Amino acid sequence: MKEEDRLEERNPMEEFLRMDRMPHIWCPGCGLGTVVASFAAALRKSQVDLNKVAIVSGIGCTGRVAGYVKLDSFHTTHGRPVPFATGLKLANPELKVVVFSGDGDIVGIGGNHFIHAARRNMDILVICVNNFNYAMTGGQVAATTPIQANLSTAPYGNFEYPFNLPYLADACGAIYVARWTSLHLRRVTKSIQEALAKKGFSFIEVITPCVTLYARRNRLGDGLNLLKYYYENSEIQHGADTRTLDIDFQGKIIVGKFIDKEKPTFFECMNTHLKKVLGDKYRPYYGE
Amino acid sequence: MKAVKILNGNQTIAEAARQINPDVVAAYPITPSTAIVETIAQFKADGMISSEFVCPESEHSAMSVCIGAAAAGGRVMTATSSQGLALMWEMLYIAAGLRLPVVAAIVNRALSAPINIHGDHSDTMGARDSGWIQIYSENCQEAYDNFIQAFRIGEHLDVRTPVLVGLDGFIISHSAEPVLIEDDREVRSFIGEFKPVFPLLDTSRKITVGPIDFTDYYFEHKRSQIEGIENSPRVIEEVGREYGQKFGRFYGFFEEYRMDDAETAIVVMSSAAGTGKDAIDELRSEGLRIGLLKPRVFRPFPHEKIAEALKKIKAVAVLDRASSPGAFGAPLFTEIRSALYDYGQRPKIVNYVYGLGGRDINVEHFKEVAAKLQKIAETGKVEEMLGYLNLRE
Repeated sequence: MKEEDRLEERNPMEEFLRMDRMPHIWCPGCGLGTVVASFAAALRKSQVDLNKVAIVSGIGCTGRVAGYVKLDSFHTTHGRPVPFATGLKLANPELKVVVFSGDGDIVGIGGNHFIHAARRNMDILVICVNNFNYAMTGGQVAATTPIQANLSTAPYGNFEYPFNLPYLADACGAIYVARWTSLHLRRVTKSIQEALAKKGFSFIEVITPCVTLYARRNRLGDGLNLLKYYYENSEIQHGADTRTLDIDFQGKIIVGKFIDKEKPTFFECMNTHLKKVLGDKYRPYYGE
Repeated sequence: MKAVKILNGNQTIAEAARQINPDVVAAYPITPSTAIVETIAQFKADGMISSEFVCPESEHSAMSVCIGAAAAGGRVMTATSSQGLALMWEMLYIAAGLRLPVVAAIVNRALSAPINIHGDHSDTMGARDSGWIQIYSENCQEAYDNFIQAFRIGEHLDVRTPVLVGLDGFIISHSAEPVLIEDDREVRSFIGEFKPVFPLLDTSRKITVGPIDFTDYYFEHKRSQIEGIENSPRVIEEVGREYGQKFGRFYGFFEEYRMDDAETAIVVMSSAAGTGKDAIDELRSEGLRIGLLKPRVFRPFPHEKIAEALKKIKAVAVLDRASSPGAFGAPLFTEIRSALYDYGQRPKIVNYVYGLGGRDINVEHFKEVAAKLQKIAETGKVEEMLGYLNLRE
């Protein structure tokens, strides 16, 4: 093989990836690779100092992101990436701390941490890859599973109300909230770029196909069929009222940027308040 | 009708659960125990069980649901592994402290960090002081038999203590083998009706569960809790005998394999005991007088019986599939060494930690241990009391 041919074989996102960990474990047709590529593209376009970016993941398919990105990363326990990220940010506020994890992890077992980080406006970005089920363990019903969808612990369909994630994030105080599907890779990239530039709790939901479990159990076809579903049923409504963003089984998916506002962060609130109460005795903390 | 079925450990536990038909099952998915709840979910969906089936948002919540349901007066079960059991830790003490006989199938798996999904006993050993009865299984058949007996033991009015049944992650949970599944009606008649004690659903008698209990009575209540597990050895023996009479497989606190004239012995729990028995057979054919002792019940620890079984052995190796960093030996070793303390005649004893994170243990490793025991038996000298098996150092 000639050297120039070899160059062509390189992954265009190689500088962001731990190539020694490839091939990854994700299934053919899964949207996770796309989301990671969008994230890498956003980092490149944002020109952020890669030495000041930290990725925190929990457990699950998306949890594996921490092991694949060539950045400081932390593969934590199930549901706890948000508190780990909070610790990282508190100890080193210069870091851009990004939580990259799945729906089961972030709003299932870790839901409590998610709502409290949003409430106190902790300056982190949470990217939640939502595939509507617990995929790593073999496709169980989750807090995001649409009503009717069939999964191994809901073999004749789910009957529990699922979360509407943008509404949850908005209600808890997030300053940036967007939702896309993995079909919208350029928009995902742009959203991540925007969110990286924000100060405060930012949330991006990316709906991705789980071909092996969710799609197979529900006879929805392969990855391409799901991307077609996203293409035909996604509707961009920037600024939509987050209360209206429920997702029905194979129904319309409203995507877009719903919230983009400014609000003092945890650090700013802490420093302002303690400065007011303690006066000159207080030395503002920004991590120094 | 009873039948031999080809089942893996997870399916076996689910089959037992189908026969027992608990009032409430609450569990959260975690590798390698997920298939237990998946199968139970399918049974529920197909109308084969009448259990209430709940999918909570975490294992902590799953055990909380079990505790609530048990306090209401229900027969309840769950299944989990590793981090799931660790997350239940707070609730394990609540179930035991409230004397609620919850039964849990624990598919033994290593604890993080680093993350590992394979089998070892770190998870249940971490729960050893929680007040739960702990029973370990060598294979699918034992997992089935133990799981059924667990309900009888825990629910006994003198015991009223939660019970966990351990089976090794992947090695047992995911390996299919022939399992004799007893007749549904026979299993149900063995289990009997659940008799709730002070159920919250008894609205004619209003009670408060778990209130504040400070320096005035907390100590007495903890002492009375301990009474439950202290009463359990008699019940464990009775239930094991009755199970044997009914189904032909008798169970005690441990199994002795070729121990009659043994000079040296290896103590090992769960699936590794199967490998160990093969090794013993080979060593015996080579002329070595060696036996194996496989503890089944770890809590309550059968200290007198184990000490009696081991006191005349010249050299004993205790194999632990868990470590206890900073302790003088791993959990099983410390129990056994302590049990032998009062005996004038007692064996030289060594401890090997093996198989953490699912690391293989095979016949050769048992032979390695046997050779060391032989040397100790001949010289009377222990060169290394605490060691590791099949570890690169």
